[in-house]
Amino acid sequence: LWFDALGLLVFFQLVFVLSFSTLLLNVSDAKNSEDIRCKCICPPYREHAGHIYNKNVSQKDCDCLHVVEPMPVPGRDVEAYCLRCECKYEERSSATIKVTIIIYLSILGLLLIYMVYLTLLEPFVKRRLFGHSQLIQNDDEVGDHQPFANAHEVLAQARSRANVLNKVEYAQQRWKRQVQEQRKSVFDHHVVLS
Amino acid sequence: MDNKAFQRGSRTSLQSATSDEDMVEIAGATLDFSITDDIPPLDGDIGEGYGSYNGGGVNGSVKMMDFLDEPIPGVGTYEDFNTIDWVREKSRDRDRHREIASRSKESTWALIQSVNDAFSGWMLMLLLGLSAGSLAGLIDISAHWMTDLKEGVCLSGFWFNHEHCCWTSNETTFNDRDKCPQWKSWAELFTNRSQGAFAYILNYFMYVLWALLFSFLAVSLVRGFAPYACGSGIPEIKTILSGFIIRGYLGKWTLVIKTITLVLAVSSGLSLGKEGPLVHVACCCGNILCHLFTKYRKNEAKRREVLSAAAAAGVSVAFGAPIGGVLFSLEEVSYYFPLKTLWRSFFAALVAAFTLRSINPFGNSRLVLFYVEFHSPWHLLELIPFILLGIFGGLWGAFFIWANIAWCRKRKTTKLGKYPLLEVLTVTAITAVLAFPNEYTKRSTSELISELFNDCSMLDSSKLCDYINDFNSTKGDDLPDRAANTGVHTAMWQLSLALIFKILITVVTFGMKVPSGLFIPSMAVGAIAGRLLGIGVEQLAYYHRDWVIFQGWCSPGADCITPGLYAMVGAAACLGGVTRMTVSLVVIMFELTGGLEYIVPLMAAAMTSKWVADAIGREGIYEAHIRLNGYPFLEAKEEFTHKTLAMDVMKPRRNDPPLTVLTQEGMKVEDVEAVINETTYSGFPVVVSRESQRLVGFVLKRDLIISIENARKKQDGIVSSSMIYFTEHTPPLPPHSPASLKLRNILDLSPFTVTDQTPMEIVVDIFRKLGLRQCLITHNG
Repeated sequence: LWFDALGLLVFFQLVFVLSFSTLLLNVSDAKNSEDIRCKCICPPYREHAGHIYNKNVSQKDCDCLHVVEPMPVPGRDVEAYCLRCECKYEERSSATIKVTIIIYLSILGLLLIYMVYLTLLEPFVKRRLFGHSQLIQNDDEVGDHQPFANAHEVLAQARSRANVLNKVEYAQQRWKRQVQEQRKSVFDHHVVLS
Repeated sequence: MDNKAFQRGSRTSLQSATSDEDMVEIAGATLDFSITDDIPPLDGDIGEGYGSYNGGGVNGSVKMMDFLDEPIPGVGTYEDFNTIDWVREKSRDRDRHREIASRSKESTWALIQSVNDAFSGWMLMLLLGLSAGSLAGLIDISAHWMTDLKEGVCLSGFWFNHEHCCWTSNETTFNDRDKCPQWKSWAELFTNRSQGAFAYILNYFMYVLWALLFSFLAVSLVRGFAPYACGSGIPEIKTILSGFIIRGYLGKWTLVIKTITLVLAVSSGLSLGKEGPLVHVACCCGNILCHLFTKYRKNEAKRREVLSAAAAAGVSVAFGAPIGGVLFSLEEVSYYFPLKTLWRSFFAALVAAFTLRSINPFGNSRLVLFYVEFHSPWHLLELIPFILLGIFGGLWGAFFIWANIAWCRKRKTTKLGKYPLLEVLTVTAITAVLAFPNEYTKRSTSELISELFNDCSMLDSSKLCDYINDFNSTKGDDLPDRAANTGVHTAMWQLSLALIFKILITVVTFGMKVPSGLFIPSMAVGAIAGRLLGIGVEQLAYYHRDWVIFQGWCSPGADCITPGLYAMVGAAACLGGVTRMTVSLVVIMFELTGGLEYIVPLMAAAMTSKWVADAIGREGIYEAHIRLNGYPFLEAKEEFTHKTLAMDVMKPRRNDPPLTVLTQEGMKVEDVEAVINETTYSGFPVVVSRESQRLVGFVLKRDLIISIENARKKQDGIVSSSMIYFTEHTPPLPPHSPASLKLRNILDLSPFTVTDQTPMEIVVDIFRKLGLRQCLITHNG
């Protein structure tokens, strides 16, 4: 229970941090000058090859005359040249990208570490702390032949446990059992999601 | 095939009954998980169902006064892999609403509560839109970055992908738009050389290695933490929305794992898309957010309204098409779609699209990577190639569904399914090895579609736009039809190879144990076919301008054929052929193009592909997967064709033991427990007595179990030989007998009944429209 509440809290924090921070970042006026640009693409003209010009200018200055320098054609051809060019103003938020990638990689890293811990380290840690008796019992699936045991489960969850460590332990065991059941139905019996 | 787990409601076998009263039963699964709650709510108690329940809304606010005044925790909730009772949920919600409305006149606090209750739906939609948009932004940005990680790394900040790395650089040239010194491919990083055979082989090797690493991480995370996160998710969400319960399918671990592994799967170069999984992610968000609001947490039917809106938000962020998303939810995913949900879904979809737009994953405030910017006109005669594309789309759809279902069935039944990890790695290896040499398959599929949709102008320098230009007659953007140069010829045969490759590899990829969607691969197949046809028609028009068909409208120097439009129509045709979407497909494509001028070609192609595909095989891909997995789903679009009566379909059949019933008095606790343990039915009819067999009501097994357990613990004197009564007043007890247990409050007094002469079509219609789990058949009462 505690375990799940923590997970839910973390999830919400993540979602709101991400959405509000990006909204705030976009609203704020102090834009990183590296994050705006005016991109002009000029196609080949007579003997000049095509070229792309980038410059950090604001949106009202984003046209051929301000961005294309040095101008490759002499003065009287400038207009004809500029007519073919297409200039677009583009904006991005490099902070958003950085934050997003770092969040993603940290979640991925945490999950991988947890998976390694679960598969390799946990049996050793458990044995050292709790002794043999606390190791996970792998039940076979509790089928319909024990319907009253299931009712037991439903009612048992209303009880509370005093010890915090026991609570975490209990929640983790329950989650592990859930994943095992899911794994059985998806991977072994091919009942769902084949 | 042995469907131990589910029994499908639409296919009960034929028998007739001997006893007067017979029952058609849709039994739940025999798989009974010991974990019975959904995501545990924050306050720790399982949903307190309403212990007192008056079926059919006789007198909603009168609660029966008997022993068990308090609702027992657990009564009213459902077991895993069972269907919900729509009628019960809806009447519960009506009762709750009536109670709140009547109490709101009493005090200000109650008034505030009633206002809060009304607004909770909108608050939920707002939160849903925000979270769906944020997650979609996270997925888009991360997938974009990780896809490019296979090719190289950016030295000025490892979090930039190729395009963003070279964003501010001045060294990009017209022909090589992505070249800059800050971006180093792996060969350059290790050996300082960027050309040559050795560099190519090293790049190849690193590409395959990264692809294998990503898919290995994806499948091990799925296997280790959330096995429900694999596949597309849309067939299961369809089933859930029709009333089925799959606990954990929309949970938070599934959400986290699906988000993370979707990025990994897309980045590993496999031929899959992210639209289907995005719908699953959005529905998970919706389900998790439901737990914040009591109104939705306790009522399964209202929760499904939220899930419909969530599906709409998911498609909306996938395509940047809010209206298309709502229509997709209406047409493909939802089962019951009340009008109120329409407005709320639209709101959620808009909020999600707006959030994604402000995160701006692709720059330029675009929501999707591929969009269509041209507006060149098309001619009526071009409808012929468009209809050809529609036929191709229908054929491809039918082929894909047949091949994919055959492959999935093989995976389900033979040894292929025992090695999911190895299967994923093998398919990734094959895909990476075959995709690297061809530049059109090396890049991500969305970028491929984007390039194919693009109309060539003077500003483009890609191989596909390598036409022979006549400089004297060019006038700005409106280029005439030109003869193809060698670049276009190379591109054409490369694209043909890519087409064959994609067709074959997508069959094997969809349905693997990683999150996989099929919108993007289908659109890619269609776009390639369309572009090839478009270039063909364009060259035909250029070289044979004197033919009768071209004479009227294609004068020399005019721009008559737009191959990009053909690509778009082809993409729509193939997508429609596979999923059999109609309205939603056209609306999504029309929102992608931003204009009404291409509606007629799109509709022509979509209709043709649907007709051709329907002529070959009746089901779309999602219905086919539902049938393959054996989910209990009553298809709303099918018609029932057999002329049978209810009497012929019901259970028990002629040679079966008589119907298991409970009598309303005279049974002991141990008798009832014996009945429960011996049979696998999920509910029992209650009759007046064994002789008269007149129907009193219906009681669910789960409620019985929970009530008996509760009574054993909480009430004094209940032992195995206590009598159970379903009547209103307990009969007088003989002395020295144990206390009796009254269970009237869990009895449904108004089960749905039909007579045995009812035609099956009406019965199927009743099931479909009311969402029943079971229907009792009476013969003269």
